Amino acid sequence: MSTPTTTPAPGAHDEERGTRARAAAPAPKGPSNRLRGWVTRAPLLPALVFMIVVTQLPFVATLVVSFFDWNALYPEARSFGGFENYQEVLGDAELRDSVLTTAVLTAVVVLASLVLGLGLALLLDRSFRGRGLVRTLLIAPFLLVPVAAALLWKHVLFNPEYGLLNGVLSWLLGDGAPQPDWVSDMPLAAVEVALIWQWTPFMMLILLAGLQSRPADAIEAARIDGAGAWQIFRYLTLPHLRRYLELGALLGSIYIVQNFDAVFTITSGGLGTANLPYTIYQTFYQGHEYGVASAAGVLVVIGSLIIATLALRVVSSLFREEVRA
Amino acid sequence: MSALTAGAPKAAPSAAPPKPSAAAPRSVRRKNAALGLAAWVCGLLFVLPILWMVLTSLHSESDAATNPPSLAAPLTLDGYREFFGAGGGAGPWPALANSLMASVFSTLLVLVLALPAAYALSIRPVRKWTDVLFFFLSTKMLPIVAGLLPIYLFAKNTGFLDNIWLLVLLYTSMNLPIAVWMMQSFLAEVPTALIEAAQMDGARLPTVLTRVVAPVAAPGIAATALICFIFSWNEMLFARVLTGVVAQTAPVFLTTFITSQGLFLAKVCAASLVISLPVLAAGFAAQDKLVQGLSLGAVK
Repeated sequence: MSTPTTTPAPGAHDEERGTRARAAAPAPKGPSNRLRGWVTRAPLLPALVFMIVVTQLPFVATLVVSFFDWNALYPEARSFGGFENYQEVLGDAELRDSVLTTAVLTAVVVLASLVLGLGLALLLDRSFRGRGLVRTLLIAPFLLVPVAAALLWKHVLFNPEYGLLNGVLSWLLGDGAPQPDWVSDMPLAAVEVALIWQWTPFMMLILLAGLQSRPADAIEAARIDGAGAWQIFRYLTLPHLRRYLELGALLGSIYIVQNFDAVFTITSGGLGTANLPYTIYQTFYQGHEYGVASAAGVLVVIGSLIIATLALRVVSSLFREEVRA
Repeated sequence: MSALTAGAPKAAPSAAPPKPSAAAPRSVRRKNAALGLAAWVCGLLFVLPILWMVLTSLHSESDAATNPPSLAAPLTLDGYREFFGAGGGAGPWPALANSLMASVFSTLLVLVLALPAAYALSIRPVRKWTDVLFFFLSTKMLPIVAGLLPIYLFAKNTGFLDNIWLLVLLYTSMNLPIAVWMMQSFLAEVPTALIEAAQMDGARLPTVLTRVVAPVAAPGIAATALICFIFSWNEMLFARVLTGVVAQTAPVFLTTFITSQGLFLAKVCAASLVISLPVLAAGFAAQDKLVQGLSLGAVK
């Protein structure tokens, strides 16, 4: 049962797992073997069937609907439309803008929170008094309900009349202080800042785990050989962190590409901040254009599959090392 | 051990001979102290918005909405009182109860489904078990929004719209891949030798599971449950589209209860804090395993 005659990539670590698999003694041939196979498989089946039914079937349905000309307000006019919906999606300036917005939003939030998270992780990767407490404080933003965090930024911090940001400005600069209307003046940046604040702790946690898995002896050796702090960071720490950075970036991308709460709460998708999830939500929830929304959904899936393939590769390489260790 | 604790006269150098900081020159010690201070400043800066939210929630509405901000205004619980419906209306209780129901039941269902699956992927692995594992993960990477419409249509046609049990099912599917991955990695930590020894002594499967596997894997399973709870509690897109009056959850309630009239800052802060409280508690409780869970078991 542990013979790895199969599959190249992820399946390849069946081999490493052999020691464990061997615990189940090599079964005799014949029907009892098959039965045994099903007995081993049985605990897996409920979860597997549940996932296929609840997550895969809707996507198939989306694919089917995407080929129909279907507006919920005119149900009797439903008809097969071929690729019309896709043409409409790709030709619609608003939808194309939302693709761009999604890309910009995701890239900015992921990169900024990675850089900030790296800085914080480096600060925390040393012993000082109250280190555990600081770590706990830093996680707090990530543990706020996303909608609550978005409301906090929108009303309590960004509000032009009595928000904390403008409050601090008038504190520091007196009566003539500039009082920008943050959300209207820089809507996308406002959404980005709120998201960066929430996602930096996530990146910090992953990178801190990466830092703490560094081989201490190599660093000690380098230090004895006279390497400076920057050299150690550049040639030892950063290469070691590479996969953790990739993992953080990819997992962050998966969640932020799908972000709905912040866009919905802070700008309601206005002022050029509508990303794909928000636009799809609106196309079907308010516009009742089922066919078009589905076509957009299919395109989002295709886009996500590209990111997902990369993400799976990174996770799989980390995973393979883990299994081997 | 750190530079800061070394404020006591001369930390004995013999205590930690290889540690360079102990015997380090004053400049290095000062640098370490500065970096520790920087970490503290950053930590406080990051948590400042939340501290400000706490303070604002304890102010009266008129004190909350001043510019420049009033730090020393008298404290009051009016914001909380108003949020909990002192001013009439149903208050947040139904929404909180719905969120609790959706989160708890979906988490239980996740555990029921994920535990056997994780067992079949780690302790007694099926053939090609890694492929199965990666199938679970891949479902997590498909955007929820793309499956939203068929689910909405299904719910509408079967009468499941505005029904909390629909959310329970959807949250289960949302969290199941994470749970399978996490538990797989926790169960894999149970030493094979331990299981074999128990079997050698004639222990049957239920005994092995409860006496050998459960004690080792329990903290991991608890952390998995807490993380699933957090994600279910936070979810808003499904809840917004698929629920209405009856099954409304707390995050949806939060977005709808702001009225356009009058000042609402203290009330919003109080509401946000109350609704975030279960998540903060669960998150801090699961802190040690949080990374492993959020990175799907890839990082320990």
